[in-house]
Amino acid sequence: MTEITKEIVAEHGLSESEYERVLSILGREPNRTELGIFSVMWSEHCSYKSSKKWLKTLPTEAPWVICGPGENAGVVDIGDGQAAIFKMESHNHPSFIEPYQGAATGVGGILRDVFTMGARPVANMNALRFGQADHPKTRHLVSGVVAGIGGYGNCMGIPTVGGETNFHSSYDGNILVNAMTVGVAETEKIFYSAAAGIGNPVVYVGSKTGRDGIHGATMASAEFDDDSEEKRPTVQVGDPFAEKLLLEACLELMATDYIVAIQDMGAAGLTSSSFEMADKGGVGIRLDIDKVPMREEGMTPYEVMLSESQERMLMVLKPGSEEAAQKIFEKWELDFAIIGEVTDTGKMVLTMHGEIVADLPVAPLADAAPEYDRPWVKTVAPASIKASEVAPAEDLGQALLKILGSSEVASRKWIWEQYDHMVMGDTIQRPGGDAAVVRIHGTDKALAITTDCNPRYCYADPEMGGKQAVAETWRNLTATGAKPLAITDCMNFGNPERPEIMGQFVGCIDGMREACVALDYPVVSGNVSLYNETKGIGIHPTPAIGGIGLISQSDQMATIAFKTEGESVLLLGDTSGDLGQSIYLKEIEGREEGAPPVVKLDVEKRNGDFVRGAIHSGLVTACHDVSDGGVAIALSEMALAGNIGADISIASDLPAHAMCFAEDQARYVITTTVENAEKLLQEAQKANVPLLKIGTTGHNELKIENTLAISIKDMRHVHANWLPDLMTVPGHE
Amino acid sequence: MKAAVIVFPGSNCDRDMKVAIEQSLGTSPTMVWHGDSELPDTDLIAVPGGFSYGDYLRCGAIAGNSPIMREVVKKAAAGTPVLAVCNGFQVATETGMLPGALLRNANQKFICKDAHLKVSSKNSRFSGAFKVNDIIRFPVAHHDGNYFADDDTLARLEDNGQIAFKYSDENGMVSSETNINGSCNNIAGIYNEAGNILGLMPHPERLISDQLGGTDGKLFFDNLINSLN
Repeated sequence: MTEITKEIVAEHGLSESEYERVLSILGREPNRTELGIFSVMWSEHCSYKSSKKWLKTLPTEAPWVICGPGENAGVVDIGDGQAAIFKMESHNHPSFIEPYQGAATGVGGILRDVFTMGARPVANMNALRFGQADHPKTRHLVSGVVAGIGGYGNCMGIPTVGGETNFHSSYDGNILVNAMTVGVAETEKIFYSAAAGIGNPVVYVGSKTGRDGIHGATMASAEFDDDSEEKRPTVQVGDPFAEKLLLEACLELMATDYIVAIQDMGAAGLTSSSFEMADKGGVGIRLDIDKVPMREEGMTPYEVMLSESQERMLMVLKPGSEEAAQKIFEKWELDFAIIGEVTDTGKMVLTMHGEIVADLPVAPLADAAPEYDRPWVKTVAPASIKASEVAPAEDLGQALLKILGSSEVASRKWIWEQYDHMVMGDTIQRPGGDAAVVRIHGTDKALAITTDCNPRYCYADPEMGGKQAVAETWRNLTATGAKPLAITDCMNFGNPERPEIMGQFVGCIDGMREACVALDYPVVSGNVSLYNETKGIGIHPTPAIGGIGLISQSDQMATIAFKTEGESVLLLGDTSGDLGQSIYLKEIEGREEGAPPVVKLDVEKRNGDFVRGAIHSGLVTACHDVSDGGVAIALSEMALAGNIGADISIASDLPAHAMCFAEDQARYVITTTVENAEKLLQEAQKANVPLLKIGTTGHNELKIENTLAISIKDMRHVHANWLPDLMTVPGHE
Repeated sequence: MKAAVIVFPGSNCDRDMKVAIEQSLGTSPTMVWHGDSELPDTDLIAVPGGFSYGDYLRCGAIAGNSPIMREVVKKAAAGTPVLAVCNGFQVATETGMLPGALLRNANQKFICKDAHLKVSSKNSRFSGAFKVNDIIRFPVAHHDGNYFADDDTLARLEDNGQIAFKYSDENGMVSSETNINGSCNNIAGIYNEAGNILGLMPHPERLISDQLGGTDGKLFFDNLINSLN
């Protein structure tokens, strides 16, 4: 047996004090397999050791929450005996090293998290961050990530219905690939991971285990350096066809009552799945490594336990059901192997070739995972920037075109046209709106889904940014007419060992918590990705939020497109005109400065509830939330979507550039028939909601009185072409 | 009338096809597993989209050699109507039921969007809802929809009225600009010589209600079912 030296311990990413803890738990030196198991179980990725203290402060409960964080995904009740199961997860490090496979296996992993719980996945989303557009790696990474996401989801036949994409220099060396899946299950048929029943068989199903992805979880818990390219072999390779078979086989098995517990093998593979199942069930597990289906000969127990080969599941079955279960997997031509049993020892005992190769106590290893209260410093929030402090652009029409054709606002169609967003036949709001909407198959209900985060806001003021990210998803769902239900979060940050980064994390969590509480919108699942740094430079703090909402009658859904000429255009919500951290400031002045817009949660709720009510009462013909780029951009997007212009005149004391481009929160642009406009204005007054008639739809240009007049054709040209132009390799088609 | 939908491992538009047929027919089609060697008694066979057998080796190649496809080929030769959509079209060319092949899209990328199609020949069973030169809209979602055939075959398809639909714009312009995937002659779908097999890359089953964004697919299926009833 290899002696465990300091170097070997360090290679496994364990600190000296963590190794001391290993010795005290075991009362002896671990062997290499055991050390490997400790290493992945206690990695930041699996143990949340830096973040746990703060994640615990987030609200996770509501009457409609069936299962909050801690299981494979979050579960919320959507009525009629049905539940929505969803989660978002990062696959950042692998995607930077090998964009196609990194992104593809990110999608595969999150899909498994959702169908492990008994849900048929109905929609995929994503939140992507790349380096600045002209960075030499950006085109390669965008191209590979988008193809990888599409390659996996398209083959699975799960629609990828939307997402968000930013380009910023802070991601030059660390892109973010966050994938989200939403599934639907019957509330009576939700599957959990706690192993139970002494003597019950532990069964391995899916693809065979190979030497791929060993130490992926450890890689995801370290910074990048010049040698990161050499980590390419730790990136797994996805096989969406195998996953499609695994999905159908699992759902077929789940229709029986044979399953006691089930857990997918994700990060840290067989190790993490078996330990989590045993720990949650308070039992032991004995595994015979020889019985694990292996892709190649001569694999060591260390390799088998740490492999991150994809498309695999671990299950505990009821005794006597093995044969019937096996038949299902044979039909789908997948491996099925009984590799062990549940025991009452409280230990994980692994044998190979008749010898014990690891013997570890489950609870101490899982419960004694380190938890750190890392030092942190609060980010000092910058001062706001008033409209009067920013000189107006000479030509606001040109400013509008510049913003519409900027990396922040330009159309993402080039991306989502590579995703099959219509398969399954229930996509009733395609990408490009405020939120995607998928009907719940065979019903009149629908789920609205969105992902959002403004990293510029989070960097300037983490607390306000965290609050805004949650509020923005709530607003996007509301703008479709949905009642927001819950969120999943994907917390992407730099190195938590640096107090200023930890301060960003704490600030974002504080803001998120406040928003979740105020909006009755809990966190039900999530994921943390730290160490997104290259050579000491961290990414902007990016707490990507995935929100879902319920539309109980799908014909009451709103979309952003102007519907017809001659309708009234109304602006809902107050405008202060502050321009700090706005896209206007970034694109026109070249500055990323000042405080982000203030989120007032009571106002947010009041305005949003009014908008939702108005949509349900049938008075609203189009609705769009006002976010990046302000009112002028919101109006442009509505005009582009409907191919109808508008004639706008806004009564305001603010200078035109502030009225048009300020990013004040809790605002929506809505349209309604001329007859209903008066009614809406009256109702708004009663509800104390600021609502202002600002114009009429029509013609083929967006005209804002005394400010700008730009044809839809010109807007479409800059909006549509930015991304395709970026992605066109000179000299190639 | 009765309908059957073939299901391969990796098919993923089988449910969508089922729903579209159900909506027009009023009853469910029989779902036929790839391993079955016999087809039920049926008046219409649908080979749906997806990634049969992962589309490994070549799109549709493995499915083309499955036991059930031997039966489909036999029934088709005896006159049973076959609707082969997307991956189904790829499978149909692999079996030789339809001429030509579907290559990787000219831009090398997966393309998912609504496509305008010009109805290019008369076939009362499959396109009786439309007139020749009508412009209709079905979505496409494929990576390998670039139809290729040699010049003689293309000439024969054109002369015999075997070209069902061509990619166009909303005004009916058929040109290289409106050719979304590089197909020879902008071909989106073709018939066999007898006219009882339609292979097409676009998905009529995806636009079967206003809520889904259009009803041209519903018109297509209503007509197909009516003509077989």
